[in-house]
Amino acid sequence: MDLELMINSFPKLLNAAVITLKLLSVSLIIGLFIGLFFAILRLNKNIFINRFAYGYSYVFRGTPLLVQIFIIYFGLGQIEYLRSTVLWVILKEPYWCAIIAFALNTGAYTSEILRSAFQTIKPGIIEAGKSLGISNKVIFYKIQIPIAIRQSLPAYGNEIILMMKGTSLASTVTIMDLTGVAKYIISTTFKPIEVFIVAGAIYLFMTFIIHNVIKFLEKKYSFN
Amino acid sequence: MELLAFGDTGWGDELFRATLMTIAVSIIAMIIGFLFALIFTPLKLSKNKFLNFIANSYTTIIRGVPELLVIYLFFFGGTGAVMFVASIFGYNEYIEINAFITGAFAIGIISGAYSTEVFRGAIQSIDKGQFEAANVLGLNKFGKFFKIILPQTLRLAIPNLSNVWQITLKDTSLISVTGLVEIMRQSYIAAGSTRDPLFFYSFAAVLYLLLTFVSMKLINRLEVKFSRGY
Repeated sequence: MDLELMINSFPKLLNAAVITLKLLSVSLIIGLFIGLFFAILRLNKNIFINRFAYGYSYVFRGTPLLVQIFIIYFGLGQIEYLRSTVLWVILKEPYWCAIIAFALNTGAYTSEILRSAFQTIKPGIIEAGKSLGISNKVIFYKIQIPIAIRQSLPAYGNEIILMMKGTSLASTVTIMDLTGVAKYIISTTFKPIEVFIVAGAIYLFMTFIIHNVIKFLEKKYSFN
Repeated sequence: MELLAFGDTGWGDELFRATLMTIAVSIIAMIIGFLFALIFTPLKLSKNKFLNFIANSYTTIIRGVPELLVIYLFFFGGTGAVMFVASIFGYNEYIEINAFITGAFAIGIISGAYSTEVFRGAIQSIDKGQFEAANVLGLNKFGKFFKIILPQTLRLAIPNLSNVWQITLKDTSLISVTGLVEIMRQSYIAAGSTRDPLFFYSFAAVLYLLLTFVSMKLINRLEVKFSRGY
């Protein structure tokens, strides 16, 4: 066990963890909006809109995240037309490609979580709103969405942790996140166990924090 | 379409073989995962605090650390570990472990952590009366487990195990970083040599979708089979 290496690599890995957290938070925020948007589409009675939203979540949940990143990072650059548009400013950066892939991926899972949360809202609650003369729009924004968000907290907590692990794939497109730096240190020192322990501990610590924040929120917004 | 031709002109046969490789790694990893679950589920349910701690550490660490990091640990550490063990027995030559074995083992350990949780949940949700009834009937330990508990556990576990299978199948794409030629690696090679990454990665996505779709259909059948009588 090479303690010195562990101590020396700790600050480097900690710095890289900041990048991991940045990737995670930006893609979660974008993903939440995508998820909410598609969850609402899933509730639409129009079969085409419904199918479209289902197809989106099916494709992104049925394929590995690695494929999604590679399609966006390596694949989209191949389209000549895209290179001439403004979008290219974003798509040529591995950082933004990774975020787009993560956001679309977590968006697919989030839309499923929110959809099932919307569907478990008791009709009585909506009826109560209607009988009070509240408009449909207000019922949706002020009653349905808050309840759905509360309902989906436990599942969404899991999704955050899965996504945090998913951000490690950013290292495959040259981003030096926690896993990227860990791999770099491993391949230069050939001490995989020591590096794994330090990097793993940082990941576990972040998992622990996320887990407890979600637990706290669940308690705070519990119905009882 | 020419790109997908079989033979020397296209990548069809290579991708077909790569798909078989993905299936093979996934199945072996799933089986390794079951073996791990077989060891760790009883430890999780045990009343011994120490055994509990071991099993909980396993599932918490594996489920809290990215799969890619676990794969790097095995990829870079596997050779060292095997050579260390071999050196104890007096063998000091360089040993290279096969990418298939390292990959299947790494994914298997990950899959095992999820399977353990599934089995623990399933066993815990079996009615206590079932255990008591089995005792009253005078079944021995094996009879109790194989005739009463296991069939019911399987019925409850299959829907969640199908999720574990999906996770395992998708995780095998990460083994491509170790050079094992499965769908992802083959697409990477094909994309590199034809300079058509968009086509090959999209095709890889289609292959994965096909695999998840077909396996879902098969698992649904299994589900029906195991819930007969309910």
